[in-house]
Amino acid sequence: MTEPRVVIVGAGPAGIRAAETLVTAGLRPTVIDEGARAGGQIYRRPPDGFTRPPATLYGSQAGKAVALHTAFDVLVAAGRIVHVPRHSVVALADGVLHAVGDGGGHRIGYDRLILATGATDRLAPVPNWQAPGVYSLGAMQIALKAQGVAMGRRIVLAGSGPLLTLLATQLLKAGAQIAAVLDTAGLRGQIAAFADLAVRPSFALQALAMRARLGRRYHAGVVLEGIEATDSGVTAVRWTDAGGQERRTDCDAVGLGWHLKAETQLADLAGCRFAYDATWAQWLPCADRMGRAGDGVYLAGDGLRLLGADGAEVAGRLAAAACLSDLGLPGPDVAADLKRLDRLERFARGIARAFPWPADQVRALPDDTVLCRCEGITAGAVRETAAYGGAEANRVKSLGRAGMGRCQGRYCQLAAADLIAASGGLAQAGDVGRLRAQAPVRPTPVRAWLEEG
Amino acid sequence: MSGTVFAAPPETSGRLVRLVETGREPVRFVLDGVERMALAGDTVLTAILANAPALRQAEFGPERRAGFCLMGACQDCWIWQEQGPRLRACSTPVADGMRLLTRTREDWP
Ligand code: FES
Repeated sequence: MTEPRVVIVGAGPAGIRAAETLVTAGLRPTVIDEGARAGGQIYRRPPDGFTRPPATLYGSQAGKAVALHTAFDVLVAAGRIVHVPRHSVVALADGVLHAVGDGGGHRIGYDRLILATGATDRLAPVPNWQAPGVYSLGAMQIALKAQGVAMGRRIVLAGSGPLLTLLATQLLKAGAQIAAVLDTAGLRGQIAAFADLAVRPSFALQALAMRARLGRRYHAGVVLEGIEATDSGVTAVRWTDAGGQERRTDCDAVGLGWHLKAETQLADLAGCRFAYDATWAQWLPCADRMGRAGDGVYLAGDGLRLLGADGAEVAGRLAAAACLSDLGLPGPDVAADLKRLDRLERFARGIARAFPWPADQVRALPDDTVLCRCEGITAGAVRETAAYGGAEANRVKSLGRAGMGRCQGRYCQLAAADLIAASGGLAQAGDVGRLRAQAPVRPTPVRAWLEEG
Repeated sequence: MSGTVFAAPPETSGRLVRLVETGREPVRFVLDGVERMALAGDTVLTAILANAPALRQAEFGPERRAGFCLMGACQDCWIWQEQGPRLRACSTPVADGMRLLTRTREDWP
């Protein structure tokens, strides 16, 4: 029998552990990744020539980061993995992936596919968020880790979720000036979710210590009213505090983010089913506990369930184990990992409840707020389209272009769903339907297709 | 296109602040016809925003844009080079001698 071709997309914690598990079973998987060096977003490595040690870059998670990087590098050096760095998979059909890199396009055939595509920041529009100097929280963390820079001289961080306080403490430690940390989650909800968070006491304690370090900069239960800007960028954030007081904080950069949104375009193209998950307030692909999501397709990591880096390592091993067992090959014992997965999921759902999606703030957006940063489509335009075209996301997209820009709705889809649901009198955003992914899932030069071998 | 002007004063100062890792080798590139400095290992986005407040003009609004996600997902950071194809600034390393534009190429239809 010729060796089955197993291809993994993504070299973060999930992709690395999946690859390692397959290699241990004697396979030689191909790993395609957008990064130059394996690690993913959370354990992203700076380019050559940077000198901060892992302890500085990854803090208390340095041991895990180094273990992952080393595991992967050793297998690549030994020729046990085919590593295709700096390539984006932009389409897939009939057992063939289309990957595009600097040198153009490649077709890569597979028998089994493991998608470990991770997540992006989950964004809620704030009036004037299209101004220069507004970034996702993830962007600000990448800037700090991989480039050693702060995106402004006086920064406001706003949104909710674990990254909000983590990034604030990381930036402060590196010498950046943080003017305010504005959490749209109220303290009461955070405390209510604490029972679930206590499944991982060390994590919960660390979060409290971080919060303490932010001191008076941190505000819970705020409503973001808008961002002020001139032609050269952001000048202030307007917000209402938990007591109903209107406030204004001067700044020249704003970081925004509400936890994470699974990156699911390739799973969609691979034919996976999706369901709306009310806890995470987004559509997620359906898979069994191992990550089996269809014929020869396996999902792992934040692209399937938003469990974070530790959960991604576990899910990567499980997906590879499922793949091996479906191929009739011996794999590792998964009992302990399945238990870990349950515990991590309970914790992650607690996090999602503690730091919820700001549906009320989104539904109250003024009509002139730009909802789609790609094409400048406003909240008012989406409401109008939904009113005459019907409360269905794909109709609003084709009639009003929301979700059709070059980010393919990654950053406006959830907010648009809330507006459409409100306009149609529907209770939850999930009722308006899910935007279908279209290939190519990244903008691709026509040249890459013409030259494709 | 316009020739290189040396030592011209910057139009406005850069957006970003270098906090650490500042001992890297310098890299020279040209931004809108003016020679600028970056550091080896910078992305094009970092290199430009260390020298200027924004990357480009938005096509669908009056504002300028300075990138958003820095992870290749939002596509906000595509800019022009004087020659050759456009590039995604957050995922392209800066290289010596690059000639970059924050404006649309004038010969583009
Ligand atoms: S900043 Fe989002 S793709 Fe470059």
